[in-house]
Order: sequence, then structure tokens, then C-alpha cells
Amino acid sequence: MTEATNELVKLSAAEMGAAIKKGDVSSRELVDAHLAVIEAAEPSIKAFLKVSGDVAREQADAFDAKSADEKAALPQLAGVPIAIKDMIVTKGIETTAASKILEGWVPPYDATVIEKLKAAGMPILGKTNLDEFAQGSSTEHSAYQTTHNPWDTDRVPGGSGGGSASAVAAFEAPLALGTDTGGSIRQPGALTGTVGVKPTYGGVSRFGAIAMASSLDQIGPVSRTVLDSALLQEIIGGNDRRDSTSIPEGPRPMVAAAREGAKRDLKGVKVGLIKELSGDGFQAGVSARFNEAVDKLKEMGAEVVEVSCPRLEYALGAYYIIMPSEVSSNLARYDGMRYGLRVMPPAGVPQTAANMMAYTREAGFGDEVKRRIILGTYALSAGYYDAWYGSAQKVRTLIIEDFKKAFEQVDVLVCPTSPTTAFKLGEKTSDPLAMYMNDIATIPANLAGVPAMSIPAGLSDDGLPVGFQFIAPQQRDEVMYKPAAALEAALEEDWNGPIWKDLKAPWLDGLAGSAK
Amino acid sequence: MAEKLMKYADATKKYDVVFGLETHVELCTKTKLFCPAEVSFGGEPNTQLTPVSLGLPGSLPVVNKTAVDYAIKLGLALHCEIAEWSQFARKNYFYPDMPRDYQISQYDKPTNGNGYLDVELEDGTVFRVPIERAHIEDDAGKNTHVGGADGRIEGADHSLVDYNRAGVPLIEIVTKPIEGAGDRAPEIAGAYMRAIRDIVRALGISHARMEQGNMRADVNVSLRPSADAPYGTRSETKNVNSFRGIEKTIQYEIRRQAARLDEGKEILQETRHWDEATQTTAGGRLKSDADDYRYFPDPDLVMLHITKEHIAEMEAQMPEMPRERRNRLKAEWGLTDLQLRDILNADALDLIEETVKAGATAGGARKWWLGELSREANAKGVSLEELPVTPADVAEVEKLIADGKLNDKLAKQTIAGVLAGEGTPDEVVKKHGYKIVEDSGAIEAAVDAAFEANPDVVEKLKSGNMKPMGVIIGAVMRATRGQADAKAVTKIVMGKIKG
Repeated sequence: MTEATNELVKLSAAEMGAAIKKGDVSSRELVDAHLAVIEAAEPSIKAFLKVSGDVAREQADAFDAKSADEKAALPQLAGVPIAIKDMIVTKGIETTAASKILEGWVPPYDATVIEKLKAAGMPILGKTNLDEFAQGSSTEHSAYQTTHNPWDTDRVPGGSGGGSASAVAAFEAPLALGTDTGGSIRQPGALTGTVGVKPTYGGVSRFGAIAMASSLDQIGPVSRTVLDSALLQEIIGGNDRRDSTSIPEGPRPMVAAAREGAKRDLKGVKVGLIKELSGDGFQAGVSARFNEAVDKLKEMGAEVVEVSCPRLEYALGAYYIIMPSEVSSNLARYDGMRYGLRVMPPAGVPQTAANMMAYTREAGFGDEVKRRIILGTYALSAGYYDAWYGSAQKVRTLIIEDFKKAFEQVDVLVCPTSPTTAFKLGEKTSDPLAMYMNDIATIPANLAGVPAMSIPAGLSDDGLPVGFQFIAPQQRDEVMYKPAAALEAALEEDWNGPIWKDLKAPWLDGLAGSAK
Repeated sequence: MAEKLMKYADATKKYDVVFGLETHVELCTKTKLFCPAEVSFGGEPNTQLTPVSLGLPGSLPVVNKTAVDYAIKLGLALHCEIAEWSQFARKNYFYPDMPRDYQISQYDKPTNGNGYLDVELEDGTVFRVPIERAHIEDDAGKNTHVGGADGRIEGADHSLVDYNRAGVPLIEIVTKPIEGAGDRAPEIAGAYMRAIRDIVRALGISHARMEQGNMRADVNVSLRPSADAPYGTRSETKNVNSFRGIEKTIQYEIRRQAARLDEGKEILQETRHWDEATQTTAGGRLKSDADDYRYFPDPDLVMLHITKEHIAEMEAQMPEMPRERRNRLKAEWGLTDLQLRDILNADALDLIEETVKAGATAGGARKWWLGELSREANAKGVSLEELPVTPADVAEVEKLIADGKLNDKLAKQTIAGVLAGEGTPDEVVKKHGYKIVEDSGAIEAAVDAAFEANPDVVEKLKSGNMKPMGVIIGAVMRATRGQADAKAVTKIVMGKIKG
């Protein structure tokens, strides 16, 4: 192994896995290389809330010590390190959901996806930043730090999973896990030029994913290539009896679909342009890259038609009733009684449990979280329930119907992932509604429970990445992987390489030496 | 300040009583309702926990299928409609003993709805109690308030929380408003609660020990001027945990509310507490429309689908219901109404049936459990079940009597030995060398000695006055350390008198 660290970390996760299998590189070398990048990049990126270097090295050494037969039995990504959004509990590694209310909490158990990663021999590099309890679209609502977009560190990486997306974009990790409730994997993917996938609801166990809005939350992969996401989703997916909403069937053949897609033949594939999610309200550069990508799909033989999902107009409204309603209930448990922050009432105020809970929650939650708890509490209140929560659920049913009808006409739906490219830090923090609008194209998939993914579609006129979203029918995740991999391959040919060859990553400059 | 009360008879004459019961029955599943934490009474605090029962971030509930089956069985016993699709909902409120700060219960789609239970009163009257629903929910933990005067939270120095009970499955049986009970409302409530206890025990779904909190009831009472008037405002007395307490609560509330209404005062819609010490209810928290639990379907759980086939399967597993069983045993054992009631009042039906199953006659079994053993239980202040003697022990003693190996007196001594922890009846008999003296020579010698010591008695016997016979028999028994057979002694005495 003589490859320089700054070259090694640019390999795809699939290539890293193959190199390990060939014996060209060890898991420990990959972990050390990424830890070196993290050390160099973090001052300007701030993607990680916690770097678990010791744990990662230990896991890598344990993997490297396995026999050839044992290694051969493991998945292709075995030994490849990964970063975890701090919304997912990790035994023995502090997990905070980027909230002060969980500061110092060390979970006594692993999420199901973490157990699966460990079983696959994938070392955990650390916990990535997010908007507090995954509530936000810029990662600026983290109680601890603001993550910067590697493409322009004056800009946001999107959110809530800005930490995972930036870490992968900045080569601090080849892979990451995110959680997606309204676009928290895909929108940061779009804004950082990475691939982000929200699997079918129930396709990946939520056990151990800190709940934001249970009926919308889904864990998914973050990577730099479509194939890497497919490989990762096959590892973390599948039924889990500890999650009642988990789908009984095992993961779909996503890796095969991605490999098939790389052949760039889309004859027989019917692609639907969602009429309601294009044109007005989308930044010109975003629309331009999107349209060019659609032309690429046509060139590869796909039949492209426009389809209408008229009820998507109401998706954002329904989402901002259902999501905060569930948030208000899911976040009730952070009351200072059992774990995390406890703030006693000041002198003169009765020292009761109720007052302790109130002072703890006042001090422990940030403004955005409080805003949603209040909204949700109101929406669920007696006398308002039917008008708000009840109506929103009806809208949800209609959106599911819209998608069903659309998928009777086409195999896969497409639209831009986010209306704009990455915005400036602080630009939208004082205007929650403007912030909420970011998720207009990602929210419908969560409401309908269908799988969706964002892949890079090139750079806008402002030099920032644009995201292209594929949406597939429920439990048919492989259906989006094929055209996504095809488009990725076609675009890379145009660009003479992956999108990140244009990324200036000065933190890599000092790491030209050997990884050893 | 003591509340004004109206005489019970006057109150029930003047007002129409409406009452209702919300009974919580703790299920005896091996594990909790939504996680594999063990369920058992009296464990070290905060040891029966998983991330789920502690509500740790990221944890998710998964329904215990056995608990659902138990609920279906109870629904069948209560003649409920069992919903093909039922749903868990979150009941949101903040309380230290609630790990998630919401309870997972059922709201508008309960598993069991719309049933009834016929309860039999002391005089044989059957009263039909209408059931609104019997839904599944999880229990909260337990707060212990330390440093206060009476264990209440008011004035406590600090409180401790034990989450072992958090997540234990409960079924809440809610009656419809019970009308037409009149002055028999307390009696009907008591009979209903006992019937529920008997049913859940027969189904094997709960230990139903009220003293351990396996069963507790919220008691709603309201009065109205007449049966055709709209319902009056009700009080809700929470967590009453004894049959007597429930009866007394209703009685007390009827008297208290009647007195208030008579004075033109309004009844407050409030939750109250039954105080066993003062035999009164005390006002608690005012209930108002502001009580808003923000119920909504729990998105972590899918709807429960209960098929007709599964209900049929549960139906096939149903044991005989207590009322039917009582009537059957009454016939089989040839009991009068009064005898049956004595058995039920002594809570001895199961024990007697077990004893009969172990080989004793019904009469013999009944004699032991209602006689000697009831006295012992009363003296010790424990239930018959808690005595250190089993139905098998009693049956064994009965067999020894039937085989002529023990007489009544020795049998009692043998049981006393069992109660004293000396072992099984057989072991006790061996240890003390109890046996009936069959050697007539020894008995004759003892009779002779007794005659000698009591010449006046012998005279009376010879003159045909048999009353003092016991003196002789007693003396013989003492001489033989109780091992003589009383009948044999009498025979020898009679022979000697006539001879």
C-alpha cells in the first residue's frame, strides 16, 4: 500500500471493499486515512459531533485479524469505514441528536442498523452533525456547531443530515448513514453533490433511530456513488422484529439493478416528469441541469412523459401538521427524569417534578424544536384534531393515491431534489417558512412511504451542485437504482470524471504522503 | 372538614343512582406488553427493564401476542364484539412514572367493545352489567413518596420511581353507566368485581390479587332526581383496590352527593381518593375539559388484525366460566344455596375442588376447608390459599381417616403438624407415631382404670344415663394419647356396663 491518503480516500466504497478483498489495503489503513482527513478537514467543515477513532481502529483491527474465509463470507463493503448521523444510537458512543437535552448520553444499546454494520465488519468513524432532532434543512439548528458545505464553506450543507453529507463530500468518510423524515438525506445530498437514498418506509429498521416523526422517519445510505448506496442499503435493510413497521420481505436486488444501470441502456424504462415539481419556484440553474439530465435519460432509451400528481400541492401543508404532531409526542420523553439534561427550578420556585421537567425542556430544546412541539401539541388538541391532524391524514391518503396512479403510467418519477443550490449560512434562519420550502420536492415521498434518491446532476451556474431525484413505487427500491446508475455513468462521461473532481478540498493538500 | 352525609336509605329513596366501573386488570404474561422485559411482582426496583420499557431514545414497542390473546379471551367471556381491526393510540401526559410521557392505550378502536356480564347477587338475583369496552394498555411505573406524612406526594421530602411495572400489560374494562341498581348499587359493584376476578383467574390471564394491585378500579358515581332525568355530574374515585373499598366508596359517594344536592350545592366533576383509614373519599384534582390527552394512533405500531379463525381458536381454549362452574359443582356436590355461599364467601371453591380431585369426598373436603382451616386462616389473618397446607395434604388426611388409620382427633393433630411445617401428613403421622390403638386389651385396661377413677359416672351409666359417657371416653383417650378409636371405646364401655 503506497497510495497517498488524499488519493486513497477518493476511491468509492465499492473500490475500497474490492481493494481490501484483494489485500491491497487493510481496513485499519482505510480507517487511519479517513481519521487523518477528518483531522485536517474538521476545522473548516465541522461535520462530526464526535469522532470515535479508537472504536474505529479497534473494529478495523478485529476485521483485519479475521481469516480469509471469514472475510470472504462478509459483504463487499466489509472493512470499509462509515460515519453515522447522531440521530442513530450507538452503544458506548455518546449520542445526542445534536440537542443539549441529550448531552453526555451514552446509549446502552445499538440500533439494528449499527448491529448490521458491525456484523459486516464496517468500522464506525464517528457521529455526524444534524439539525437538533433532525429538525431543519440546513444543519444550522444543531445545538453544538454549524456544518459547512465543502463546495463553499460559507454555505450550508442542507439538513438535517448536513453532517453525514458533508463528511462524505469532503472525503472524511466514504459512506454515512442518515435519517430522512422530509428530505434530510436527499436534500443535503443535492446540496453537497453526494448520493442520498430514502428507502421504502419499513425497508430499513427504525429500531435505534431516535424518533422525530415515526410514520415518516427512515434510515438510509449516503455515499458518493449510486452503487455504494445500493451495497450499503442491502446491508442495513431487511426485516426486524423489533420494529413493528418493518416490512417482512428482505432487501430488493438493488446492487444488481445499479450494475445493470451502469450499462447505460434504459430501453423499456418509462420515466415520468412530475408536472407539479418543476419550473416555477426552481432556481434557473437547477432547472437547466435537471432538463439536461432528462435528455440524457432519453438518449439512453428511456421513454419520458409528463405525469400529474395534483395533490402534491397540499403535501407541504399536510407534512407540517403530521410531522410536528408526532414530534410533540416523540419528544415528550426528554423530561430530565431518566437520562440527559436535568435543570432544577431556581430558588423560590417549588422544586417539583413538573417544574423540573419544564425548566429542563426550556433549557434543553432549541427554538426550532420548541416551535414544532408547540405546533404539534396544538394540532392534536381536542377540538382541533379532526380539522388539523385528521385532514392532514386524508391528504396523505390522496398523495398515496396520486403516486399509485402515476406508477400505473410510468416506472419511475423524477424531479429536482431541491428548488435551489446551497444557500448562505444564516440566510434563512430567521424565516422558518422559507426554510420549510426547501423540502417541497422531498416531502411527498415520505408522506407516501415510497423510496426516493438524489444523485448529483452537475453544477449550477453558481458552481454549486444540483440534485436529481428519482422516486420509485413502494417496496420497489431497485427500480430507481437502475436509471440512477445509468444517469450517473452518462454524466460522468460528459464531465470526464465524477462531480467531485471539481471540488477544491484544500484539507487534502497536506495529506499527499503515504497512508502508512 | 368532614363532609355532610345523608342517611343511605334516604339518599337512595330520594335519588336515582347511576354508577360505572373502570377496572384495571394486570395480565400475568411472562413479559411486558411491548418488550421482552420480565414481569414479576416484588423484584429489586428498576431491574426488570429494557430500552423499550425505559423509553430510551430510539426504542420501539412491539406488541406481545399473548397479551392480545388474553384480551380476546376476556372479550369472549364478557360477550364483547371483538374488532377485526383494533388500534393502539398514544395518551399524552407528563408524569414521572411514565417513561415515554405517553401511555400506549387504545382509544377509538379498542379490541373489545359492547358486551355484558351477568352477575349473581346474594339472594340469587341476576343483574346484567353492560360493558362499554375492554381495551389493552400498558401500566406506568410506581412512585414512592418519601418523607411525607402518609405516603402521598403532598408534603413528601422526595420521591423514588421504580419502572419495573412500567409496560406491564393491563386490560381496562369499562362498564357503560349502570342504571336501575338503586340501593343495591354497592352490592352489584362488589358482585361484579368478584365476578371479574373469578373470570380472569379462570381464564388464567391474571393473578387478580387486589392487595398486589393486579386489579384496581376507578369508581364513578352520580345521582339524579329520577330515572328519566339526564345524568348528574359524576365523581370519579381512583384506584380503589379492595372489594369492600369499592362497595363503601359507592355508598359514601351516594350519601355525600345526596347531602350536597339536598343543600342545592353542585357536584364537582373531580377525581377523588378512597381513604381506607377514615372510610371516606377525599377530593383530589378537578377534572375539566382542559384535560386533554391528545390521543392519536401510535405510528410505531401497526393495526391489530384479529381474524375470525383466530377468535375461533381462542374460543376453543376457553375454560368453563365461573358461574357455570359454580352451578355444576353445586349439583355434583349436592350443596344447598347456603352451603355454596359459605364456600364462596370463604373463597374455598378452588381449594375444595382441588381436594376432591386429589381423592377426597366433597363433604370431607368442605369440612376441612370451612372448619379447621378457616379458623386457622382467620386466626392468622391470611387467606386459605396462603396457609401452608395443600389440597393434596387434606386429601391425604381424608384417605388416612377412610382407611381407618386416623381418627378425627389424630387427623386434626396431623393437619396441625402440616400447618406447623412438619412435612406432609404422612411425615407428620410417622414423626409422632400417630395410630389408632386397635389392641382391645390396652383399651380395656384404660376403661377399667377410668371406671375406677370415676365410680359416680359408672353408676349413672349403669342407671341408663348416658350423658357422662364423654368423661370415660376422654379419660381413655388421654390414657392412650388419643390413639384409641372412639367407637371401639364406646363399644367396650357399653359391654362392661351391661355385663
